[in-house]
Amino acid sequence: MQNSEINHNLNTSSLKTWCPGCSNFSIETAVKNAVQELSREGFPKENFVLVSGIGCHAKIVDYINLNSFYSIHGRVLPVATGIKLANRDLKIIGFQGDGDAYNEGMEHLIFAAKRNSDITAIIHNNRTFALTTGQFTATSPKKFEGKSTPKGTPEEPLNPIELMLASRATFVARAYGGKLDHLKEIIKKAIKHKGFSFIDVLQPCVSFFDNYEFYNERVYDLESDKHDTKDYESALVKARAWDYSSEDKKIPIGVFYQAEKPSYEKIILGDEGIKKEKEISLEKILQEKI
Amino acid sequence: MQEISILVGGKAGDGVKQSANSIARAFNRMGYSVFVYEDYPSIIRGGHNFSIIRASQKRIKSHQNQIDIVVAFNRETIDLHKEKMKDDVVVIFDSNEFLYKDGIGIEMTKIAQENKLPLIVRNSVALGALAGAAGINFSLIKDVIKSTLGDKQEENIKMAAVGCKMAKKVIAVQKTKNSQKPLLTGNEAIALGAVLGGLKFYIAYPMTPATSILHFLAQNQDELNIKTIQPENEISAVLMAEGCAYAGAKSMIGTSGGGFALMIEALSMAGQAEIPVMFVLSQRPAPGTGVPTYSMQGDLLFALNAGHGDFEKIVAAPADADQAFYLSAKLLNLAWKFQVPTILLSDKHLSESTFSFQGSKKRIKNESALLWNKRGVYKRYLQTKNGISPLAFAGEKNAIVKSTSYAHDEYGLTVEKSEMVVKMIDKRLRKKETIIKEMKKEKVVEVYGNKKSENALVAWGSSVGAAIEAAQNLNIKLIQPIYLEPFPVWAIEKELRGVKNLINIETNVCGQLARVLRQNGIETNHKILKYDARPFTPLELEEQLCKILK
Repeated sequence: MQNSEINHNLNTSSLKTWCPGCSNFSIETAVKNAVQELSREGFPKENFVLVSGIGCHAKIVDYINLNSFYSIHGRVLPVATGIKLANRDLKIIGFQGDGDAYNEGMEHLIFAAKRNSDITAIIHNNRTFALTTGQFTATSPKKFEGKSTPKGTPEEPLNPIELMLASRATFVARAYGGKLDHLKEIIKKAIKHKGFSFIDVLQPCVSFFDNYEFYNERVYDLESDKHDTKDYESALVKARAWDYSSEDKKIPIGVFYQAEKPSYEKIILGDEGIKKEKEISLEKILQEKI
Repeated sequence: MQEISILVGGKAGDGVKQSANSIARAFNRMGYSVFVYEDYPSIIRGGHNFSIIRASQKRIKSHQNQIDIVVAFNRETIDLHKEKMKDDVVVIFDSNEFLYKDGIGIEMTKIAQENKLPLIVRNSVALGALAGAAGINFSLIKDVIKSTLGDKQEENIKMAAVGCKMAKKVIAVQKTKNSQKPLLTGNEAIALGAVLGGLKFYIAYPMTPATSILHFLAQNQDELNIKTIQPENEISAVLMAEGCAYAGAKSMIGTSGGGFALMIEALSMAGQAEIPVMFVLSQRPAPGTGVPTYSMQGDLLFALNAGHGDFEKIVAAPADADQAFYLSAKLLNLAWKFQVPTILLSDKHLSESTFSFQGSKKRIKNESALLWNKRGVYKRYLQTKNGISPLAFAGEKNAIVKSTSYAHDEYGLTVEKSEMVVKMIDKRLRKKETIIKEMKKEKVVEVYGNKKSENALVAWGSSVGAAIEAAQNLNIKLIQPIYLEPFPVWAIEKELRGVKNLINIETNVCGQLARVLRQNGIETNHKILKYDARPFTPLELEEQLCKILK
C-alpha cells in the first residue's frame, strides 16, 4: 500500500500502465529527482501539489506519492491557480498533455501566462492523442496521418513556445524526454521561478508517434548558442527556429525566456492575504443600505 | 395610507434605478416595508427602463402592477404603462419632454440646463417633486440624497428643493411606527450570507442576473475579508473554486443558466472527487440566450439533474432576501459538512429585486468541516459508516492528499476493478442517507396563510413572495419547499394532510416543481404557470386563483 512516510520515497502502489519505452517514464523520473533535490534544498515535500488533466500524461499523479489533484481534461491550470490562491506556501506543478493544454484547455494556458500565476505547467507533448489511440492534436505536424485524418491533418501545428511568449509567460522552456538530466534541471528551474513557468516537453509516443530518432538528430541545447534568456526578441527568434512541422531544422531545447514580474497571487492577495478568523461585521454595510 | 406603488420610467441612462433607490430609501426611513421591482432590457443606452417601488405598512415581498404615482422622464413611460395606472394616478413628468393632460408637469430638463448641471439631476428634481406631491418631509429627502450622492449632494439637494416647491400636495403619506431596515437585493443577501458562512473566495464570470454578487463582493472585499476573482470563463471559475476547496478555502461561484451549463463537467467531478463547492444559479429566461435581463424559473430540473453520473448534491431555493441570506450561509456549510456540491437557485426576480431585510447574523454559524485527527495514515476517501471521510489539506505534514475525478481507492489512487468501484459508489450513497437525516432536523419547508385550509398553493423561489399575499388574501394555505434536493417529501406530505386541492404556481412553461412532486408521488390538481419572462404579482395570482376556487 501507499507509503505514509512521505520523506522516504515517492513511489505509490499503483501499477504503471504506460507503454514500455514511453517517454512519460522520463518525465516521472525527472520530476521525482527534481522534487527530491528541492526537498534537500529546503522545499518541504508536503508542500508540493501535482495537478493533472486527462490522458496518458495524467497517470503521473497516481505514480508519485505526493499531494495531487487528478482533474478533468484541459482544466489543470485553473485548478492549480485555485490551489495557489488558497495556500501560497504550496508549490503547484501542473501536468498536461498537448491535447489537454493546446486543444481542450488553450484558454486557461493563455490566461495563466497572462496573469503570471505562480504555478508550473509541464506539457507532455507527444503531439498526438495517445490514450484515445492516435488522432491529431494542435501540435501534430502538417499532414499527420492519424486515425481521424487518414489523408493527413488539414491543419498546421501551433508553436506553443511562440504562443507562450506572445502571452507574456515569464518562464518559457522546451525540454526533451530523451534527455533526462537536462529535463530535470529545467523542471527545477521552473519550480523555483516566481511566476508562471512553462515547459513544453517533447515526449515521443512509442505506440502512435515514435519520433525519438527525429528528435535525437535535431535537438540541441540553447545554452550552446549563448542565448540570453532575458532577451525577449531573441527568444522569439529562437522559438520560431522550428515550427513543429519542418524536418530540415534544428530544434533548440532549454530556457527561451525568463523575466521577473509580480505574480497574480501576490497582486490578488497582497502581502497579508486573507486574514484567518477575522470577526466579520456587517454593520457598516447594512447601515449604508438604509 | 396602507400602501403605495410608484413607477419610475425613462430611457436606459436616465438613472431610473438610482431614482427608484432613493424613493425606496425615503419610504423605508418612514418605516414602510419596501419592495422594488426592476425592469430593463439588455441595452446600455436608450430602450425603456422602469422600476416599481411598492411601500406598505404590512410586510411585503412582491410588487403590484396598480400604480398610484408615475414619475415619467419620457412620454413612453406613460404610453407603455397606461394599463397599470390607477384611475386617480398622479403623474409627475418632465414637461420639456412631452405634455400630459394633467398631473404635475415640471420643466426638469430646463431646470437642469439653467443650472448648468447634467440631465441626470432630473432624478433629484423628480424626487423633490414626489416629496412635495406626497407630503413627505423635505429633510428626509435631504438625508437620503446625502447618504446616496456623496460629493454631488449639494447640487442635488438644491435640485430636489426646486422640484419640491413646484409640486402641489395631492396625497398625504404618513410616517409609520415601524423601524427602518437595510434595503438589500437578493444578490446582496446571498453575498453577505455566504461571507458569514465562512466564504474566502467568490469566483465568477459576469452574467446577468448573477453579476451583482460579483460587483457587491468586489466593492466590499476588504471589509468582508474575502477575495473576488474574475477568471477567463465559467469553466475556469468552477475549477478555480474546486482548487481553492482542495486547499481548504471555502469558495463560491455564481452564474446563470448558460454559464452553469459550462460548469457542469466540473460539477460532476466535484461529485466523484467529493469537493465542497457552492454554486449560485440565478435563472433567466432560456433556452439559449433567451431574455437575458428578465426572469423565469426554468432551470429547476436542470439544476436537480445537472452532471453526468449519479452523485449527491444539495439544492435549495430562497424566496426573499432573508431566506437568501440564511440559505447562502447554510449551503456553503452543508457543502463542507458533506463534501458535496450545493446549488442555491435564484432568478432575476429574487436576485435583482430589493427587499426590506430583516435577517440576523446571530442565526448563522460558520460550521467547521470534519477534519483529519492526524493519526495514522491519511486516506482522503476513508470508508466510514456515514460516508464522510475526514478532510486534510495539502501542506499538512504526514498527510498525502490525493483528490481525483477518477474512480479511486481510499487513498485516491485510480482503480477500475469492479469491487472497488462499487465500494466507493456505496460510500458516496451512504452520504445521501446522512444528508437526509440531517435535513430532517432543518426547516426544509415553509408554510404561510391559513394553515388549516383544504386549498393549498405550492410555490418555490421568487414566486413565493406574490403567492404569500394571494394566500393570505384568499385565506388559503401556501407550501414552499425551501430545499429541492434532497426533496423534502417527508415534510411536504405532512403539510398536505387535510389538503384536497393543491395548486402549483411557478414561472415556467411546463410546471417543473409539479413534475418533481409527481416523481415523489404527489399530484397537483391545478397549475398556474406564467412564462412571459415577468414575475407574478399578488393581484394577478388572486384573479387566477378565484377562477379555480369558485
